[in-house]
Amino acid sequence: MQKIFKSNAVTGWLMVSPLAIVLFFFLVLPIAMITIVSFWQATEFSIIPAFQFDNYEFLFGSPVTYTVFVNTFKYAILTWIFTFLIGFTVAYYLAFHIRSLTWQIALFLLCTIPFWTSNIIRMISWIPFLGRNGIANSTLMSWGVIDEPVEWLLFSDFSVVLAFVHIYTLFMVVPIFNTMMRIDKSLIEAARDGGANGAQILWNVILPLTKPGIMIGTIFVVTLVMGDFFTVRIMSGSQSANVGRLISNDISLLQYPSASATAIILLLTVLIVIGILLRFVDIRKEL
Amino acid sequence: MEPRSRSFYVLTAFFVLFILFLYGPTLTIGILSFQGPGGGLTFPMRGVSLYWFYDLFEQQAVGDIWGSFRRSLVLGLMVMVTTIVVSVMGGLAFRKRFPGSAILFYLIVTALVIPSILISLGVGLLFSQAGINVHWATSGYGAQLTWTLPFGLLIMFAVFNRFDKSFEEAARDQGASSWQTVRYVVLPIIAPSLIGVALFGFTLSYDEFARTLLTSGSKNTLPLEIYGMTTNVTSPVLYALGTLTTVFSLIIIGLFLGIAVWANRRRANKGNDAGKGMV
Repeated sequence: MQKIFKSNAVTGWLMVSPLAIVLFFFLVLPIAMITIVSFWQATEFSIIPAFQFDNYEFLFGSPVTYTVFVNTFKYAILTWIFTFLIGFTVAYYLAFHIRSLTWQIALFLLCTIPFWTSNIIRMISWIPFLGRNGIANSTLMSWGVIDEPVEWLLFSDFSVVLAFVHIYTLFMVVPIFNTMMRIDKSLIEAARDGGANGAQILWNVILPLTKPGIMIGTIFVVTLVMGDFFTVRIMSGSQSANVGRLISNDISLLQYPSASATAIILLLTVLIVIGILLRFVDIRKEL
Repeated sequence: MEPRSRSFYVLTAFFVLFILFLYGPTLTIGILSFQGPGGGLTFPMRGVSLYWFYDLFEQQAVGDIWGSFRRSLVLGLMVMVTTIVVSVMGGLAFRKRFPGSAILFYLIVTALVIPSILISLGVGLLFSQAGINVHWATSGYGAQLTWTLPFGLLIMFAVFNRFDKSFEEAARDQGASSWQTVRYVVLPIIAPSLIGVALFGFTLSYDEFARTLLTSGSKNTLPLEIYGMTTNVTSPVLYALGTLTTVFSLIIIGLFLGIAVWANRRRANKGNDAGKGMV
């Protein structure tokens, strides 16, 4: 018994060693490095090893930080609401209303194809849509809904959230669809035989059973939105910021210690959010 | 079959709208890339031409599109192969529940959820402090792997959780060694899923922007090049590039789907002894 356990451990670690090495050098060490640098000092030309709390003091002392964090959560929550509503509906449609597996796969692939176009290109492609003379405005004007172009369509919170929803809804569809496909159809029949109507089945049977998928999708969407920096930059026309942008601004000014301090706070925030979400589901069991 | 309920038609309409929402911008770009020479970034179209595609193939004033495309392609393939090999090994290892697997699992989850700019910043700082130059094929490659490997592993976990262990037991009962079991039983069965891992690995790398930002060194990858263009190019040449990269992605997907279909057919032919007489 002891021998089997030992050989399992040895072969297991041997096989997993490439993964462990990559994660050590490109995940653990970089995080350690950021943590260390966040206590360093920066001058205009270089960074100096030190141990001081100036970066954090500045970060917590600045009202900008709080505005930016509020903004970050605002984007995350709004994007989550929309991606969840759309993602759940689409997954539900594919899983329960499409009857043949071939069609399910075909329609699912149809959803994933735009995903393979560069994110940046997909973002820029909103500009001819939403701009002052864009398709949306000219259509609305020709219909007589509005008299003059609506300004808030592009370079606003609206366009930022729209772009997020556009890019990340699929991250919600995939895990929800995956869990829905594993729901035993006889449970739904039983509910129907028991006299439940469609809405009751959805609320009392499907929704609870889909919870793990929803949680996994939520984790993806929330973390991707919170760490994003270029969607916010492009779609807000550099008019608003989230934490990611704060970090990337510091990086472009070569203020690495201050960028590191912000990064550490962002990381802690994301991990806390994930920690809370993981309390609702054991993802290891759900894979 | 029972008749379709009204909700089916409502949901179908919703799904069609969703598809339009997904494709709309890409299609707009596709159309606008055929803008005439005098046309701008928005409608109306001023004529129809291939002008901006020619413009793209000529020597660009900004950057090096074809060089960056080549680098992205090579990097994507490197990441793809690594992701397949390491994910399969990792997937097999995690079935053994070796000691320390829980910690490693949480590390994988961390890699998945960590904001990508942190990887970029951390790897960049690490290399600069160690006095090593960042390069897309070293630091960029490693930084991208922190994102593709967890995805590949998640897929492998899902695959192995649905794997029927009796196939392996049968092989072992027939006297196969553990290597033979993996090579002749496990790998052929999971092969179709590996195409998914490959596709994920390649496209995640090919499109990765944030993790490559500070780790690619002096030579840009394609997403970085496009990002640079968005800030200083204001002509439809940007759309022409968008159309071309989209077409390229579609070719890649077609290729992978073709391989998948071919592999499935081959497997069906080899694994099926129907009509071959006595069992």
